Amino acid sequence: MSLWTRLANVFCGERLNREIDEELEAHIAEAIAQGRDPVEARRAFGSTMRHREGSRDARLLTWLDSLRADFVFGWRQLRKAKVTSAAAILSLALGIGSCTAAFRLIDALLMRPLPVANAERLHVIAFESTGPLGKERYDSCSYPMFRQMREDVKGQAELIAVSYADRLDLTYGTDAQMEKGYVQFVSGWMFDTFGIRPAVGRLLSAEDDAEPGAHPYAVLSHDYWKQRFGSAPNVVGKSLRIGQTIYQIIGVTEGPFTGTETGTMTGIFLPMAMKNPQTLASWNNFWLRTFIQLKPGVVVKPVEERLRATFHAIQLERAKTLVSLTPQQMAHFFEESLFVDDAAAGRSNLQRDYKRALGVLAALVGLVLLIVCANVANLMTAQAGARSREMALRVSIGAGRWRLVQLVLAESALRAIMGGIAGGVFAWWAAPFVVGMINPPNDPARLVLPGDWRVFAFAAVLSLVVTALFGAAPALGASSVRPAAALKGGENPHRKGWLTHGLVAVQVAFCFLVLFVAGLFVTTFDRLTHQATGFSSERIVNLETLTQQAQPSVNWDQVAEHLRELPGVQSVAMTGWPMMSGESWTEDIVVNGAAPGDVVSDFLAVSPGWFEEMKVPVLDGREFRREENYPNAAIVNQAFANEFFHGENPVGKSFETSGPKNVRVRVSIVGYVKDARSRDNFRFPVRATAYVPFSSVDGAGAPQPRGRGTFVVRTSEENLQALAPVLREEVSKARPEFYVSNIRTQAEIIRGRTFRERLLAMLGMFFSGVAIALGGIGLYGVLHYSVVQRRKEIGIRLAVGAQPGRIAQLVTANVFLMVAVGAIFGLVLGVAASRILVSLLFEVKATDWRMMAAPWTILLVTALVAAIVPVMRAVRIDPVEMLRAE
Amino acid sequence: MAKADSLQGSMDLLVLKILSRRPGLHGYAIMTAIQDISGEVLRVEEGSLYPALHRMEEAGWIRAEWVTKDTGRRARLYEVTAAGKRQLGMEESRWQAVTLAVNRVLREA
Repeated sequence: MSLWTRLANVFCGERLNREIDEELEAHIAEAIAQGRDPVEARRAFGSTMRHREGSRDARLLTWLDSLRADFVFGWRQLRKAKVTSAAAILSLALGIGSCTAAFRLIDALLMRPLPVANAERLHVIAFESTGPLGKERYDSCSYPMFRQMREDVKGQAELIAVSYADRLDLTYGTDAQMEKGYVQFVSGWMFDTFGIRPAVGRLLSAEDDAEPGAHPYAVLSHDYWKQRFGSAPNVVGKSLRIGQTIYQIIGVTEGPFTGTETGTMTGIFLPMAMKNPQTLASWNNFWLRTFIQLKPGVVVKPVEERLRATFHAIQLERAKTLVSLTPQQMAHFFEESLFVDDAAAGRSNLQRDYKRALGVLAALVGLVLLIVCANVANLMTAQAGARSREMALRVSIGAGRWRLVQLVLAESALRAIMGGIAGGVFAWWAAPFVVGMINPPNDPARLVLPGDWRVFAFAAVLSLVVTALFGAAPALGASSVRPAAALKGGENPHRKGWLTHGLVAVQVAFCFLVLFVAGLFVTTFDRLTHQATGFSSERIVNLETLTQQAQPSVNWDQVAEHLRELPGVQSVAMTGWPMMSGESWTEDIVVNGAAPGDVVSDFLAVSPGWFEEMKVPVLDGREFRREENYPNAAIVNQAFANEFFHGENPVGKSFETSGPKNVRVRVSIVGYVKDARSRDNFRFPVRATAYVPFSSVDGAGAPQPRGRGTFVVRTSEENLQALAPVLREEVSKARPEFYVSNIRTQAEIIRGRTFRERLLAMLGMFFSGVAIALGGIGLYGVLHYSVVQRRKEIGIRLAVGAQPGRIAQLVTANVFLMVAVGAIFGLVLGVAASRILVSLLFEVKATDWRMMAAPWTILLVTALVAAIVPVMRAVRIDPVEMLRAE
Repeated sequence: MAKADSLQGSMDLLVLKILSRRPGLHGYAIMTAIQDISGEVLRVEEGSLYPALHRMEEAGWIRAEWVTKDTGRRARLYEVTAAGKRQLGMEESRWQAVTLAVNRVLREA
């Protein structure tokens, strides 16, 4: 009989039994048929039961059969204690599920190789420079730089230029049908190098990328093709317009490739050579990433060395053109160094921004899982205590220690498996949920989150580890049971105390850590969101608008005027871009003919009435007038006055800067306003800002048309969502050349600046809640069982006249000691851990006593609440009844 | 009266030998064969024959088949496999060696 039939027999136990019984019965029937006395024949045969067992063992895998039996028995045990089992499985599900979800996120963002050939040989060029915050890494190159480097390592590696994925306005039909799409300029040979084949049509080739502007072709990603065109094959040959250029679609990629920017799915790939010629030719315009696909057998180091030499030569050349740099800036410029980073998982800013946050998240969920393990271990140890008689009986009738370990482990595994399955379901939902919170809802981060073998393997291994973690202690406890003592009912109640108490301390330490870290995140988020912006964002809607051809400012004014007349609109002003949108424009500032300094000023174009609308207080001077144009007048903020005028009122003074076409101009300051935040980073102080008029003239005084701008609308209605589509329509109605590319409320933009912090704060709060609930249940469980175990002793103490207070102290003293020990450990861990968190925190210090006091208080209250019921039960023990029951 | 299963390992030998001569016996027939041929000297403890048969079946020395007899009763008939024949050869020569050795001790002690 093969292994297979033996394996099968394990799970067809009943059939096997019947078959054996039938054969044994046939034997007796045969004996009777031969003329033997039925009674004698049966007696001679002996116990059918015993023979059946003997045969059974021969015909199946005994170890597997006993394991099966253990699982069946474990299942019965679980069903017997429904509430505790459900609690254990639910908390395991939460723990395993959270960890699996965190793994899915980390895997998808940082670990999963791109779906390209030989992803393990894919690298990216990065640079390290010294900035205001110390060493910083960036990874952008200019196109000539890329070509030079590609030439220099030919033979060892293929270099691929890929622009940053841009969300652009484009149309497949008329201008009225504008839509958004992610577009990337890529080297023509990228698809070949990545081994990507066309699903329909053809992909870009090196020839398409050879001559600037010559091949206006576009390739769609499979994902975009499916979503936008429903996989229609006739898409090839269609044309689309981006800006002024019309591209022809030549094909669609096959497979899941959506660009190299993990977290963004590129829909449209264009040849590098189609970027505008000035950008392509500029050595100082850094707008692309350079990927390196090493040739087989080539190692990174020599390639990196070669590229460093190339980079140094390029820097020397570039330095000659950068005459306006100060000596210090020049020194920093030469300190920049090149690195070749691993890029198997692609390269994106999302990775950079969320790497640490996800690491912290993983640590948090890991801690929660450990708390869960400690909890379930405690629960099971306590249950094992109650089952010590059963175990003792098993030992006395000859069960081996290992069999008992197997029995308890099978029960643990059953819990872990069920927790794992439920956790899988949780992770299925939780990972996309978290991804959805990373970016604003109208432009979400898109991560491929497959539930494939990687995730499954992780969850399975995690479940196993968890089983070992929480199952080992009760299993060993069960196997070391001493039958004589246990059956007498006199097992020493203090015997396993150290284990449960140790687990309580561990649990409290981790709880403290989770609470502490969550507290830091919540405070950070709170400080960030309550930081003054210096302007009012209430009921403000920004209409970011493009025009087909640049429009004179009278046309812009005309649209603004049209908007002002709409019902529900309070006031309308114009600006280059919304406050805190992430865009910026800087120029050097020279005061009184001095040499240009290191500090530059931000510039922002605003129309008359903008300060009043945004409620930015004017300290002195006035707002712009209609007849004023850039670069003739400026209004500056306090930071500007501090930086360039020693904090004095600068109204009436002037400064020199680079005007249109880099001509030096003198600008007179007509107003002085309070600081308002125009940059997107909350962590820095408001920068020196010069506001300039929205309409501009060139050096000869001729009006300059403008192709993009933002209408800032303050509405009188609270419901901005309802008004948005109306405003969008009205802009195009006022002048058909105008097209609203993006509508965002000011509040929405500001919220977008703190998404990561909000995510961390929310998850921190969530896991704190979970940790506290688990910690409380754990404490309750330990106290409860210690009261049950010591009820005889308590009964006697009460009988001889102990006060209830003394009993309460007796029951809780150890546990509270453990809480204190755990909290101290947690604090030490927390302060140590907070060093890693510094870059994620804002205006909050780990050593702040308030940050420590909060978790302490919460833990103490939790412990007290958890202790109430067990203590009440202890003091209410009736000594007479207790002693009579024995 | 010696019991077959008290003779270490001789049960397998006897069963294999009988089945190799008369394939297609059921358990009861194997038992009576052992008793008859040995002149009632060897008696098999009836029930323990079956675990031994199943063990040998598991080892691949014999195989079994359910047949319905003329009387309408089902019976499980055994026969020796190729592996069983090899095993029989080994067991036989071992038995010869052991009895020879025992006889020599009895003779020369």
